[in-house]
Amino acid sequence: MSGSTDNRKNGTPVMRAENLGITFGGLHAVSGFDMEMYEGELIGLIGPNGAGKTTVFNLLTGVYQPTEGNFYLHGKSMLGKKPHQMAKEGIARTFQNIRLFKDLSVLENVKVAFNQSMSYSMLEGILRLPRYWKEEEEIERKAKEILAVFHMEGEVDQKAKNLPYGRQRKLEIARAIATGAKILLLDEPAAGMNPTETAELMETITLIRTRFGVSILLIEHDMSLVMSICERIVVIDYGQIIASGSPYEVANDPKVIGAYLGQDE
Amino acid sequence: MSFLSNILTGVSLGSIYAIIALGYTMVYGIAKMLNFAHGDVIMVGAFMCFFATGRYGLPPLVSVLLAVVVCTALGILIEGLAYKPLREAPSLAVLITAIGVSYLLQNGAQLLWGADTKTFTPIVSGSLSLVEGRLNISYVSLLAMACCLVVMVCLTLFTSRTRMGKAMRACSEDKGAAQLMGINVNSTISMTFAIGSALAAVAGVLMCSAYPVLSPTTGSLPGIRAFTAAVFGGIGSIPGAFLGGILLGIIETFAKAYISTDLSDAVVFAVLIIVLLVKPAGLLGKYVPEKV
Amino acid sequence: MKRTLSKTSINGFINYGIVIAAFLILQLLMAQGMISNTLKSLLVPVCCYIVMAISLNLTVGILGELSLGHAGFMSLGAFSGIVAAMAMQEFSPVPRLIAAILVGSIAGALGGVLVGVPVLRLQGDYLAIVTLAFGEIIRNIIVVLYVGLDQKGIHITTNSAGPALEEGGIMVIKGPMGAVGVPKLASFTAGFVLILITLFVVQNLVNSRAGRAIMALRDNRIAAESVGIHVTKYKLMAFVISAALAGAAGALFGLNYSSTVSSKFGFNTSILILVFVVLGGLGSIRGSIISAALLYILPEMLRGFEFITKARMLIYAVILIAVMLTINNPALKSLLEERDLSLGGLLGKLKNGGRAKKGGAGQ
Repeated sequence: MSGSTDNRKNGTPVMRAENLGITFGGLHAVSGFDMEMYEGELIGLIGPNGAGKTTVFNLLTGVYQPTEGNFYLHGKSMLGKKPHQMAKEGIARTFQNIRLFKDLSVLENVKVAFNQSMSYSMLEGILRLPRYWKEEEEIERKAKEILAVFHMEGEVDQKAKNLPYGRQRKLEIARAIATGAKILLLDEPAAGMNPTETAELMETITLIRTRFGVSILLIEHDMSLVMSICERIVVIDYGQIIASGSPYEVANDPKVIGAYLGQDE
Repeated sequence: MSFLSNILTGVSLGSIYAIIALGYTMVYGIAKMLNFAHGDVIMVGAFMCFFATGRYGLPPLVSVLLAVVVCTALGILIEGLAYKPLREAPSLAVLITAIGVSYLLQNGAQLLWGADTKTFTPIVSGSLSLVEGRLNISYVSLLAMACCLVVMVCLTLFTSRTRMGKAMRACSEDKGAAQLMGINVNSTISMTFAIGSALAAVAGVLMCSAYPVLSPTTGSLPGIRAFTAAVFGGIGSIPGAFLGGILLGIIETFAKAYISTDLSDAVVFAVLIIVLLVKPAGLLGKYVPEKV
Repeated sequence: MKRTLSKTSINGFINYGIVIAAFLILQLLMAQGMISNTLKSLLVPVCCYIVMAISLNLTVGILGELSLGHAGFMSLGAFSGIVAAMAMQEFSPVPRLIAAILVGSIAGALGGVLVGVPVLRLQGDYLAIVTLAFGEIIRNIIVVLYVGLDQKGIHITTNSAGPALEEGGIMVIKGPMGAVGVPKLASFTAGFVLILITLFVVQNLVNSRAGRAIMALRDNRIAAESVGIHVTKYKLMAFVISAALAGAAGALFGLNYSSTVSSKFGFNTSILILVFVVLGGLGSIRGSIISAALLYILPEMLRGFEFITKARMLIYAVILIAVMLTINNPALKSLLEERDLSLGGLLGKLKNGGRAKKGGAGQ
């Protein structure tokens, strides 16, 4: 974890948001969102309900187009990119309300995410030319490798909708990893999990960081999870950043306490 | 003069479309489903009126009332039996069911009343002569326009002033929240179907009076055209259905007059496609993207 | 390859097997003279409808979008195929038929692109209504079309006098009368081969990366986009392939009768095919084959019984509603899903203390 501080000194941030904001019919859902993320970092994004956390995710993944500001991946502007293009740029996400391909098998769910790294054409696929077999075998292997990291190798043939809840959350993360993304946005991965599952999830998150070299931005309400695994925390309220810093700094920030307890500043 | 007469024909045809489109738009707004069978309810209404006047010699007004009562009951029945169990089902399933209901009505009518085309006796006849006889407007056309205006005004008042109307609007915004506010969502949806079907009966009688032929498939094409009108005006919007209906009536009449009778449907549907491409929410509708 | 792939390909091979076996049995029965002329006359159309059902299933069951204008693509294929076959008078029947089917499928595909590019950005009900509109537009246009052939090539006009043709020229499509004097080039064998090709295309597509992307779009569009699936591209791919196959089926269908009118490919036909697909099971290729064959042949065989002939469409309507209500019945659905759980799934469920049920709540 000390590595991240080194990264921050040299090199460009993997992601940088600059004064990012969006207005819905006069309402500033998010405004003036500034943030830098360096390689390998694990940042928590917290805030009360309705603070605009998921909106930030939607902005960063092209679901919404910002009405102000800009954001950059590896120094490149991402303005105007559509969601499917964002995946190619190396950013992948999970959803607050799980969105799996419910009638596809666990393995197929992961394979879908490899689509953009495959190159055989539709015709090659229909005629099953050599490239089809080569690439299909390759992603079959890779997909199983990823699933093995998540200890899901026993469930490859199950339909996604039949998985237990905690495993559905994991599969969503596995699928995001399979896109080859270097930045992961996890939207409340521990929501609805019991303490054992949450503990397991924390292990998984730490593991995938080192295993796949990804930087993670995490929305979470489970404070014990956020405080224990994030190096840096950004707090937003009413669409604006009210504090950021180490877990200790944030936890003792009067503005943060105010936002959570509903006090006036 | 022919231009003016075409406009009048268009507006009166459009008035009928508007009345039908209101049924589509209200149901779509509240139940988020395309009630494919709506057009066939029109046909049932027209048949009721046909039998009441033709076979039993009832006065026109009574026949129309009978048609309205039967269609209202039919609308509630269809909703309760076929659509209500599918409230949580995917929209594909609901749409396929609606197509099934449409087919059921068409083919049921065919079995009961025969596939042959019947001549409908208009509920009012004669026409008004204007500008020294150079411009004729049939009374049916006038009646259609008047009905459309009355329906528009009543519906607007109903949805803005009455308790039930407000409940409808609440349900179309957010069913969950409406339920929490103590609104009975199921009966509200039922009510919407009832109103839509009653309007369909009126439209059926008007349409068959203006174009006096009647067969089991009479309702299907006008139904689709009226749906086009609803989409054109902005689905879910009551003034939109009105506007879309009138515009579509005019477009269809002009296409028939200046392009080709055979191609008038092609023109109408081309309009639909263009509208959906340029302004998917229609003229007066608002676009609501799926929430992530 | 590994287990998952082999499982799906076994399923695919069973489908080829069923089709080949049915073909051989029918050929054998025909050689024995055990097949009535009525049934014989149904063989080509039934092949066409099977292809139609499989191809519509690609749009409705696999892509998850409702198309109500599938017969419109069939119509495009039929009339363009007929024109192609008539234009190739000097060739022998087999190349003529192959060329006609190719032309038909290209016409279908072009129609698919024409409709697909604008409307696939729309979703659900809008897409359904636009495909319906499109089917009607095609029918409308063919009714006013007059097509003639002479040495100079193809002449097309909407003038009811027909195009001016040179000596020896022939009229192919005569407006409301449709195509006349069509050579009956279609054969049962051709239909059988077309089904096999359709199976090959659809099954292999589904088991490729494109097929996975298409099914992912069906299951969750937003999630599919988030992993880099280009929505329009894959929707269009499924839609156009489906339309091309319908066009091919249309060409074969058109060349089975000496005359064809465009009203044969109206909304009713689109619905009929939809009934086949829904009854066979959305997404089930085998289901489409079996239900198309049975539902097409049975009513024809039962023509003697007046009530059935009359009430045929009524019965279909009732079945359509009943199937939809049954498979979407929440109580029944959970029962089916319990069955669906394999042994491994059941064990997993026990281990997790019955939490499996919560999984669906997120959708």
